[in-house]
Amino acid sequence: MDKSVNENTKSTLLKTGFFNRLETLLPKAVLFPTFAIAAIFIYGFIGWTTWISFTDSRLLPKYELAGFIQYITLFTKEPRWWVAVGNLFIFSILFISICIVIGLLLAIFLDQRIRGESFFRTIYLYPMALSFIVTGAAWRWILNPNLGLERLVQQLGFSEFTFRWLVDSHMAIYTIVIAAVWQSSGFVLALFLAGLRGIDPAIIKAAQVDGASLPRIYWRIIIPSLRPVFLSAVIILMHISIKSFDLVMVLTRGGPGYSTDMPATFMYAFSFNRGRLGFGAASAVIMFLAVMAIIIPYLYSELRGTRNER
Amino acid sequence: MRDKTAALAGTSDPATLIGRIIVYFVLIVAAVFFLIPFFVMIMTSIKSMNDIRTGYLISLPREITIEAWVKAWDSACTGINCEGMKNYFWNSVRMVIPSVIISTLIGAVNGYIFSKWRFKGSETFFSFLLLGCFIPFQVILLPMSQTLGLIGLGQSIYGLIFVHIVYGLPFTTLFFRNYYVTIPDEIIKAAKIDGAGFFRIFRKVILPVSLPIFVVAIIWQTTQIWNDFLFGVAFSGSDSQPITVALNNLVNTSTGVKEYNVDMAAAIIAGLPTLFVYIVAGKYFLRGLVAGAVKG
Amino acid sequence: MRIFKCVLFVLIIFSIFGCQGKGGPGEVEVLHWWTSGGEAASLAVLKQLLEAEGHTWKDFAVAGGGGDQAMTVLKSRAVAGNPPAAAQVKGPQIQLWGDEGVLTNLDDVAKAENWDAILPKVVADIMKYKGNYVAVPVNVHRINWMWCNPAVFEKAGATIPTTWEEFETACQKIQAAGLIPVAWGGQPWQEATVFETIVAGVSGTDFYKKTMVQADPAALESDTMVKVLNTLKMIKQYTDPGAPGRDWNLATAMVIKGEAGMQFMGDWAKGEFTAAGKTPDVDYVAAPAPGTAKQFLFNIDSFIMFKVAKKNEAAQKAMARLILQPKFQEVFNINKGSIPVRMGMSEEPFDAPARLAMKDFSESSRSGDLVPSMAHEMAVMPAIRGAIMDAVTNFYNSDMTAEAAAKQLATAVKAAM
Repeated sequence: MDKSVNENTKSTLLKTGFFNRLETLLPKAVLFPTFAIAAIFIYGFIGWTTWISFTDSRLLPKYELAGFIQYITLFTKEPRWWVAVGNLFIFSILFISICIVIGLLLAIFLDQRIRGESFFRTIYLYPMALSFIVTGAAWRWILNPNLGLERLVQQLGFSEFTFRWLVDSHMAIYTIVIAAVWQSSGFVLALFLAGLRGIDPAIIKAAQVDGASLPRIYWRIIIPSLRPVFLSAVIILMHISIKSFDLVMVLTRGGPGYSTDMPATFMYAFSFNRGRLGFGAASAVIMFLAVMAIIIPYLYSELRGTRNER
Repeated sequence: MRDKTAALAGTSDPATLIGRIIVYFVLIVAAVFFLIPFFVMIMTSIKSMNDIRTGYLISLPREITIEAWVKAWDSACTGINCEGMKNYFWNSVRMVIPSVIISTLIGAVNGYIFSKWRFKGSETFFSFLLLGCFIPFQVILLPMSQTLGLIGLGQSIYGLIFVHIVYGLPFTTLFFRNYYVTIPDEIIKAAKIDGAGFFRIFRKVILPVSLPIFVVAIIWQTTQIWNDFLFGVAFSGSDSQPITVALNNLVNTSTGVKEYNVDMAAAIIAGLPTLFVYIVAGKYFLRGLVAGAVKG
Repeated sequence: MRIFKCVLFVLIIFSIFGCQGKGGPGEVEVLHWWTSGGEAASLAVLKQLLEAEGHTWKDFAVAGGGGDQAMTVLKSRAVAGNPPAAAQVKGPQIQLWGDEGVLTNLDDVAKAENWDAILPKVVADIMKYKGNYVAVPVNVHRINWMWCNPAVFEKAGATIPTTWEEFETACQKIQAAGLIPVAWGGQPWQEATVFETIVAGVSGTDFYKKTMVQADPAALESDTMVKVLNTLKMIKQYTDPGAPGRDWNLATAMVIKGEAGMQFMGDWAKGEFTAAGKTPDVDYVAAPAPGTAKQFLFNIDSFIMFKVAKKNEAAQKAMARLILQPKFQEVFNINKGSIPVRMGMSEEPFDAPARLAMKDFSESSRSGDLVPSMAHEMAVMPAIRGAIMDAVTNFYNSDMTAEAAAKQLATAVKAAM
């Protein structure tokens, strides 16, 4: 009996030794498929696109290198590219800041023990659930001067009222901002609401005891403590604005003229509709570089932050 | 948590009352703004074509009919076949369910490793994975179909599911990792001392507290995959096209008589499942965000 | 015993598949963007004809952007090594696909059916890659039409114009009568449609060929082009503010309803009038655009055929043959508003605008005034077409001068070559 116990413990010891080794290997093994996927389908494809951007690929990919010709054309001979880049700047800045202002404001208001809070929240959130292919047509009607808002208000008796941004090449980009804000600000609201719910009420009580007014408490204490939420919101909104494609295609198709073209639609049009795959790839590479210039500093600070936490 | 607002709202002087009226007013105005497009869609979908032709696109229906809904579901032409959206709808269901389940589960395990089983280089790998969130999908269209063709998954529902899993992983991993970071490491250490291994800890310690973040990940993935058009149209076969392709064929057709009521009914049908998910699981969505997804 | 049964079963399965491999009934997968009710019904005729011969039709429809979306899908499938049997591809792009070496040779069908005799040479040349047929034409659209509502003209006391000077006078009268002279769809392809019509109407066939077909940069920035651009911009004051982004069928609806006097559009617009129950020459008049009475800007839809598995070759060839059969040509083209691409067919079943188009088609092919449409991807490679469209739409929608626009046109085309 004694003997068998002894052997048992021995084998457990052996086992644990083996399992310990396994234990350190296991996470890596489990992670390996993801690693392989990322290597091929993210970095492999970025590499592929970069390669193509240095070729003279037209209809379908060709792999013989042709130097920087596509980049030179992109930067020196294509006025539409600069329109697209300019639009992305205007759009991102407005879209991100308006979403944050509206999202934060509504979140603060919703956090005031509102009756029917979940009802309001659902209404603010639902646009996020629908694809823009679904809601885009409705927006096109609403913004169209002959069919939508302008006509409605004029019928109500304000015959001088005009709202023609959609058909004005200088203003059309702002209608895309409106529709984009409508779609995404609910999500930002949810982020902020979640942030507000996570704040320790004791802090606010202490401030109230000190006689601070409500707006002051929000401005000085609560909003600054939401800093991480701002950061996630900006990142999520930025990825939406860089990827914004459906929005433009459905609402204006890049028009009037090409005044509402964006890098994503530009790249698509040249790569797929015009048989200038290499040229489209060059614009995609520039987009990547821009994304990385923004994201890598963020990731750097983010990861340094978690390291300090530990 | 509720205490703070209770404390603020508790004082019932006139100034507070006015404040509350303003708050409600703003909330209601915002709600109206958010509802306008949906309202327009619903109204148009229950109008008759005659009503649409003679009236304006934004006006109340004179008579209510569900004809357009029936047609959109059952008999609208989406190509040479005029069988409505119903087959495409089920194609989408068949595609979405496995993609969401698999990408969420892998994301959960990945998040668990990135937060609780860190090893040298895991942080770097995580940040490289995150960059995958920012790739515009138009870019990977051609290399992806080349790859799918190579591994024999071209133009099939399996290929489509595979693509959705691949490009869903960065997001699900991010969600779970950020959530699991908030679980104290001590619990894991205690479980390890008790002799629990990698998968046992995941099953017994991590999974039981993961419901909120599963809801967030599932909502996100369902919405993304259900609403996707680009992958759906490029990688599906003729018998596995998802509903967004059918919707596109209906709405983007510009020859012949345009039936706006059918278009809108079809659009709402295409949006119903995700809408349903948001409304039903919306409460948990916020809870999941509160629980830690925000701290990204 | 069991094992024996299994082996037998497997053998049976193999023999069934083996049989299918030998060119009996097969399947054609067809990628197209004909998704509207009328178009689908027209194409369904082809499907029925094919099914009558025992083959199956696998439909792969992708609408959007006048075939842009479908082309994206086609490219994606081609690089996956899995192209459909037939795809709706037209004009010079057929040559690009030919370069990729993925198309199948249809010469045996063409010989048996005598395609060289029943197709006009201009058309046959487009369908051939290095002398071999690789595509089948379906129909011929005429682009340079002007659709007029006579009631509007009568109300304004104007006559339907045949020159661009008359056009401006008519516009002024209609505007004075409080109506919209021109129903305009402000999308780049529609603007390009009007633009090329003006090129043909203002400066003649030779200049058209030089600019829209050969894309000669010197001609593109010439004074003649400046004149063309000025004519284009002149029309803008006769359109309504809701024009940008408008779909062409909504613009047609404005003419049908009598809100607007005329619209420049290809003959597919006829389908809208027919659907609204209007009669040609009574409720609406289809006239050649000013200055283009003798010219015929054509747009031909065609299917290219890819190399497919042996078992489906018979079905694919059958489809190619059936498309040019008189029966399908007649039904399809009556429905679509176009005219048959097959020559020598009876005019009997066609309506007045179609008969006029058929007459002008054969006359212009003799006089050399039969020219491919740039806006509808028949004349130049997609890259150059895109460059021309960008320059035109940017000029039309901005305050740019015509001189600057002509220069930009030439630069853009050079960069795209």
